[in-house]
Amino acid sequence: MSDLKKIREEFISKLKGKLDLSEINQIKLDLFGKNGLVSSQFKKIGTINESERKKFASDLNVIKDELQNLINSKINEVENAEINKKLDKEKIDITLPERPFVRGKIHPVSQTIDEISSIFSEIGFSVEEGPDVENEYNNFTALNTPDNHPARDMHDTFYLDEKKQKLLRTHTSPVQIRTMLKDKPPFKIIAPGRTYRSDSDQTHAPMFHQVEGLHIDKNINMGHLKGCLNYLIKEFFEVDKIKMRFRPSHFPFTEPSAEVDIGYEMKDGKIIIGEGNQWLEILGCGMVHPNVLKNVKVDSTKFQGYAFGIGIDRLAMLKYGINDLRAFFDCDYRWLNHFGFDPLDVPTNYRGLSR
Amino acid sequence: MKITFDWLQDHLKTNLKEKHLLEQLTNIGLEVESVASLSADNELFKIAKIIKTEKHPNADRLKVCDVNVGEKEFKKVVCGAANAREGLITIYAPPGATIPKTKTKLVVAKIRGVTSYGMLCSESELNLSDESDGITELSTKFEKSIGKNFFSKSKSNLIDLSITPNRPDCLGVRGVARDLVASGFGKLLELKEKKIKSTTKQNLKVKIIKEKKQGCTAFGSCLITNVKNTESPQWLKDKLISVGQKPISAIVDITNYVMLDINRPLHAYDADKIENGIIVRNSNSGEKFTALDNKNYKLDKDMCVISDQKGVLGLGGIIGGIRSGTELDTKNIFLESAYFEPRSIRNTSKKLNLDTDAKFRFERGIDPSSIESGLNKAASLIKEICGGEISKIDIQKIGTHKTKIIKFDTDLFEKISGFKIPTKEMIKILEDLGFKCKKEKKYLKLTVPSWRPDISQEIDIVEELVRITGFDKIKIITPIKERTKSTLTQTQKLFHFLQRAIASKGYLEAITWSFTDSNYNDYFKQTKKEIKIINPISSELGVLRNSIFSNLIMYISKNLDRGFKDLSIFEIGPVFFGSSPGEQTTVVCGLSSGKKSRLSWIDKERNVDVFDVKRDVIQTLIEAGYNSDKFFIDDNTPNYYHPGKSGRIFLNKDKDQVAAYFGEIHPNILKNLDIKTDALIGFEIFLEHLKFSRKKLNDQRPKFTTSDFQKSERDFAFVVNRDVKAQDLINAISSVDQKLISNIKVFDVYEGENIPDNQKSIAISVTIQSPEKTLNDKDLEKINNLIIQTVENITGAKIRS
Repeated sequence: MSDLKKIREEFISKLKGKLDLSEINQIKLDLFGKNGLVSSQFKKIGTINESERKKFASDLNVIKDELQNLINSKINEVENAEINKKLDKEKIDITLPERPFVRGKIHPVSQTIDEISSIFSEIGFSVEEGPDVENEYNNFTALNTPDNHPARDMHDTFYLDEKKQKLLRTHTSPVQIRTMLKDKPPFKIIAPGRTYRSDSDQTHAPMFHQVEGLHIDKNINMGHLKGCLNYLIKEFFEVDKIKMRFRPSHFPFTEPSAEVDIGYEMKDGKIIIGEGNQWLEILGCGMVHPNVLKNVKVDSTKFQGYAFGIGIDRLAMLKYGINDLRAFFDCDYRWLNHFGFDPLDVPTNYRGLSR
Repeated sequence: MKITFDWLQDHLKTNLKEKHLLEQLTNIGLEVESVASLSADNELFKIAKIIKTEKHPNADRLKVCDVNVGEKEFKKVVCGAANAREGLITIYAPPGATIPKTKTKLVVAKIRGVTSYGMLCSESELNLSDESDGITELSTKFEKSIGKNFFSKSKSNLIDLSITPNRPDCLGVRGVARDLVASGFGKLLELKEKKIKSTTKQNLKVKIIKEKKQGCTAFGSCLITNVKNTESPQWLKDKLISVGQKPISAIVDITNYVMLDINRPLHAYDADKIENGIIVRNSNSGEKFTALDNKNYKLDKDMCVISDQKGVLGLGGIIGGIRSGTELDTKNIFLESAYFEPRSIRNTSKKLNLDTDAKFRFERGIDPSSIESGLNKAASLIKEICGGEISKIDIQKIGTHKTKIIKFDTDLFEKISGFKIPTKEMIKILEDLGFKCKKEKKYLKLTVPSWRPDISQEIDIVEELVRITGFDKIKIITPIKERTKSTLTQTQKLFHFLQRAIASKGYLEAITWSFTDSNYNDYFKQTKKEIKIINPISSELGVLRNSIFSNLIMYISKNLDRGFKDLSIFEIGPVFFGSSPGEQTTVVCGLSSGKKSRLSWIDKERNVDVFDVKRDVIQTLIEAGYNSDKFFIDDNTPNYYHPGKSGRIFLNKDKDQVAAYFGEIHPNILKNLDIKTDALIGFEIFLEHLKFSRKKLNDQRPKFTTSDFQKSERDFAFVVNRDVKAQDLINAISSVDQKLISNIKVFDVYEGENIPDNQKSIAISVTIQSPEKTLNDKDLEKINNLIIQTVENITGAKIRS
């Protein structure tokens, strides 16, 4: 038996035994250290005569690889065993609670405004705003509601001065006036925002939210109005079918004017939109009155169109099954948590408005 | 406006049923608000008389009444009304009857130990009026009717219509009937008007003073002499009761009936109480009179009054006076039928805070040509029921009402409505509504009926036609999905971004009133002007908010009282700095209270602190696209923040506008408002102060470069005076070499042992990396020294050895 074979057999059998890491390292040193058995065999290569040298070198390499692999796998084995042994000790109760986190929420009114904006964005409306404090002219007179008009009684107005010139806007309609005074037609805007009436009971809050819509162009007629609202309601409630009813009504700033009801029914205490025989008023609308267009210097023989005003809080209540309007503004932590939306739930068209 | 189908049928002939009627009313814009059945067991309600009252043995406020309900035995009824008295004629509901208002069914009940058989009803309980103070009082004329049914046997439901303010004509049953007929609901019946044929002169002189602001333009009248005021006949009582009115006496009932039937308000005076004729004039400032509501009114200048020589008799078109009121023994009646200007009526009633049926009608506009027909109708009825002699009608006028003519372009209908109807149909509808139509090529020359003050231009005609034809005829035109303009402006985008960014930091979004309690507001208003609401709903909501904090603190305190401790809430919305439009800014305002990691098994609990909130604000600003390298922070904050634990943030070192404040709420405020929490930290971000770069966010991003050369981290500890800010050190370091210094991090702040008093040690780790080469020891040494030198020079720091 050559030296090489002897070394091989001796160490293979050694490595088969139970070894700890230091013992393996000792074997590694014995073999491959500077003066190790294998290392010294390599040094011998030069001294071997040419006819045998090639085979010797080749055998030596095979044995070297074999032993090295064996050592490596032995090391691996021992290390793994040690880790596994450690892991046993590291077992924790994984059912303990995670580190605490807090979750913020978006108010249902804000979410609803975003939903409505997304819906109208699709059909080319842009968002306009106006101040909460308005002058009497923009809130009433310019909207064809002159002083002493009984229609003013329908708005219980908060005033900021004795002369009743400054007030908290009673509707978002003054944004129509501001928009049309600022730019030239066509106009295609919505204006969501806070509105105020000095009215406070179970179903009325002194502050609430409206979204105004205005579309003025050449030849915009009541068919467009109906189409627009039909689209809005369908998209907003995310239903395929709705029942909608236009009822003639009166607003000084539109003519003809209508109130719009949607059909619903109650199932297990929940409102189902689009079915049933009950009607719920959700908005007022109409064709912008020529007097209003005159007040904002738009030629009513060339331009015409529609406007509407929707109660946002009411829409939110319907869609999300909220019963009490007053609770919207009560800031009860439990309520906000319950009805609020995750901030990542941005209503978009491609993803759908709500989950 | 309350009507019944029965009454409508006085004016129209139809084969259609009530069900159709209700639908049709709503379809043509006369919205049905409610339908109430007055007929349900209404034969149970009896006219009754209280014979005797005794104090309830066990209750001070209650009385035990013996009531004559037309049966042999008197009924014992326990009653709490103050006006329950012996001799009063009222309305009795027996056990088994259902009270119309409350829908509760009466039973024989023991009230504080005394058995009560039924109940005496107030007007409001019977839906007769809103009068709920005391039980119904019927006049002594009802003495004969004791035991009879109060309600008629009519099976007609009470229909309550919501009439829009532009339609005074529909405040009379006939007006409603006319609209219905135009929409194809039957045929309008001709009014059988009985003209007064009299030879007697109306000898009570009436004069309308021609003066500025005269609110009366026409005054018609007649005298009816030798009448005997009595109880109304059954048909008239039934009619009034059927629409929820309480019959009083024939004269009053007749004027009410004419008003409800053809919307012609009238006023009956006791002619013998008028001294020397009627003068219609403007009031003088300070004039007084007692109205029929038993209240004394002091008048301003220029209110339209009906007066005689002695003084004011009544407010024209609003309310009559006690002095000339008709009574049971009134013999001679002066009947007024006038036209009062809506504007005058409105001014007066608003100033005096007076609301009456007549006022409601006159301020909307009464048919000026109904003066005569009203007098004819009422006087004839009075004569019929109360006897007497009618005089000729006298009408004084100081102006004439012009008949309105509209030239209507028939094409306008389709242009507005989007659908077509033949001209023939238009004419039919308009004629049914009372217009006179004359066709002139494609125009219609229309004479507007005198009862339609709301119609003055072409668009009004379109409305009539659309309304009567039906909104369901309008075709849906599906909107085109096309966008030519961006939906949101940059500021609006930022609004939505900040809203969601703050919420994502664990804050619940609240929406609170734009107004607030001045007591709370005072803590946060600083030098801003207090903006009072003239007519607040309550003093706690009396001012516009100068800061969102006032409301948020109030509500967080309510939530703390509910037992929640660790709360984070925010609101984004307006705050006001003036009472003119536009004097408002948008603020994102938040509050965080309590502790972090409360009762955690794993982390140590601690109070929320200013650096938690600072992180929320800074992170939000960075997420919104602002470069934190440029931020500048100092400690100059409003006095509602803790002076030592608060800061303000500028987006850059120019410090032009404050982007945000953050800090602990001043402990004094918590003490004064009695807010109990471990900690309360707030912030405000000012939306309009956040400037936009002209470039879009995408274009602001620098070119993407990385360096693979070795980086090295060096730690420095500087000892500085306590008032030196970490920001100063960081700025000094970054000024050394912006290219090589890629990161600076404060990792320790220390005061105490080994550090001199009034000084502190700040330890900073600086990452140095070149984009071009691996720095050698010499390079690093050089920059090290430069950092130390610069920091020492700028801040007076000393490097700790």
